[in-house]
Amino acid sequence: MAYDSNMGDSGRFPPTRWSVIEGARSVHTEERQRALGVLVSAYWKPVYKYIRLHWNKENEDAQDLTQDFFARLLEKQLLDRFDPGRARLRTYLRVCIDGLVMNTDKSSQRLKRGGEVAFLALDFESAEGELSKTQVSPPGNPEEMFAHEFARSLFGLAVDRLRRECEASGKETHFRLLELYDIEEAGKELTYEQVAQRFGIKVTDVTNYLAFARREFRRIVLEELRTMTATEDEFRREAQALLGVKLG
Amino acid sequence: MTWLDDSALERLRQAADSPDLEGTRYRLIDKLGEGGMGGVFRVEDRVLEREVALKVIGVSDPDGVLAIRLLQEARVIAKLEHPGIVPVHDAGALPDGRPYYTMKFVQGKRLDEHAKDVKGLSDRLRIFLRICDTVAFAHSHHVLHRDLTPANVMVGPFGEVLLMDWGLSKLLYGSAVRKVADPEASNSREFAGALTTAHGSVLGTPGYMAPEQSRGDSLVDQRADIYSLGAILEFLLTDATSVPRPLAAIQRQAMAEEPAQRYQNVPDLAADVARFLDGVAVSAYPEGLPARFWRWIGRNRAWIALLLAYLVTRALLIFLRPR
Repeated sequence: MAYDSNMGDSGRFPPTRWSVIEGARSVHTEERQRALGVLVSAYWKPVYKYIRLHWNKENEDAQDLTQDFFARLLEKQLLDRFDPGRARLRTYLRVCIDGLVMNTDKSSQRLKRGGEVAFLALDFESAEGELSKTQVSPPGNPEEMFAHEFARSLFGLAVDRLRRECEASGKETHFRLLELYDIEEAGKELTYEQVAQRFGIKVTDVTNYLAFARREFRRIVLEELRTMTATEDEFRREAQALLGVKLG
Repeated sequence: MTWLDDSALERLRQAADSPDLEGTRYRLIDKLGEGGMGGVFRVEDRVLEREVALKVIGVSDPDGVLAIRLLQEARVIAKLEHPGIVPVHDAGALPDGRPYYTMKFVQGKRLDEHAKDVKGLSDRLRIFLRICDTVAFAHSHHVLHRDLTPANVMVGPFGEVLLMDWGLSKLLYGSAVRKVADPEASNSREFAGALTTAHGSVLGTPGYMAPEQSRGDSLVDQRADIYSLGAILEFLLTDATSVPRPLAAIQRQAMAEEPAQRYQNVPDLAADVARFLDGVAVSAYPEGLPARFWRWIGRNRAWIALLLAYLVTRALLIFLRPR
């Protein structure tokens, strides 16, 4: 299974609350696999980048450790031990990574994984390319760095899902506006008039289409985040932490 | 997966968090703060060419409780016209569907920060009396604040004292405000109940919440606010080198564990603090005759000194008169 942008459609989850924690603790193998799939899709890049930058590991070592981490998540039922009353899932996973990196005997782990556990199909080249594009230096606070990369991953998944949903409902222009204004030209100060000229539509349409796309993006991000948290309280705290703009 | 650089990530973050003001009379300037219910933004009212504060729900609200609470807050504030309450200008729904309201943009300091600059005990107590005045006004309109803390009191540059964040306010039965807040609902009693039990959690700030409010009792009344006022008074007395006994007694009575043991209304509490400021006996601190005598002496020092000076002068004149 490839864990990148093709993690199913918008109807993956039932309308009631479903979280990866519940899924990972399910007695049904299929449910557990689905939960891990969702978790891997959102977390594998943050995990890899965190190991590369915070632990200053070489490319190959970081790949091995990322594979090891998710293998252990499955084998050792690490999520069974997660207590949402004590920490956020994101924090818990980061602490697990720290423990893994500190305690792993590389040679024995490689041997074990090669013999018993399947590799996940992760596109490490793309992650490595992203690292070179951002040219980030590891910040002092590992929690902040991991949160930042998780937000990047979550938003990337949400953008992909928004694209699929807009295409399915014939709202390609709505998505293209968000893609141009909020992603491709995010660092520039485009005016709505310029955007309207480029798309050959009215300024009021730019306003309305962009508002729609942003509203849908917001909804999708919150839905994705909801699946990544165990409780309503954790969800709200994560929403505030990841979506809240930092005060100056 | 779509690659997002840092500027795109920040732009999307703002797009997801910031109020969508396109098509409205407002222009976003910056964010002022974040609360449990949502964010407060500084915006420009382009029609009236002035800055106002815009409050909008900031996190997911699947059950709509926060939207109800925000609207409730706006309607409560709009009804409570008082110098100690920030006036609401406008309310409605943004293009992204989120309810919002705008209010006067107050430039000032929160009391927990401002208190450091107020050294004198009497100055601090005068601020406290202004808070009491506003709370008493709200109670007279059957509104409980339920989240009175120094962080929810703003002191303006000209000394104005404003009570902020009415998001947890509760309407007592028989309130004219409640009728305004829910004009279409025939069962407004249930409407008010939903607010008190939102998310099944206890609403308020630990340390300032009355015990009955912490327990989640549904029958809290104005005495819960009186407890919180006692906690604010305690905060204002924290730096004092020695707290006069009558004042400590006032604070203790306001924060009594049992509501029946507290002041039964805010004017009584305020009157006791005012009496302390005037140097007269307070109801919370019974005094014996000697203590009353000495306090009377202390309060009338000037008159007594004048009288003594007069008597001494007369005595000297009599004594020195040529015989």
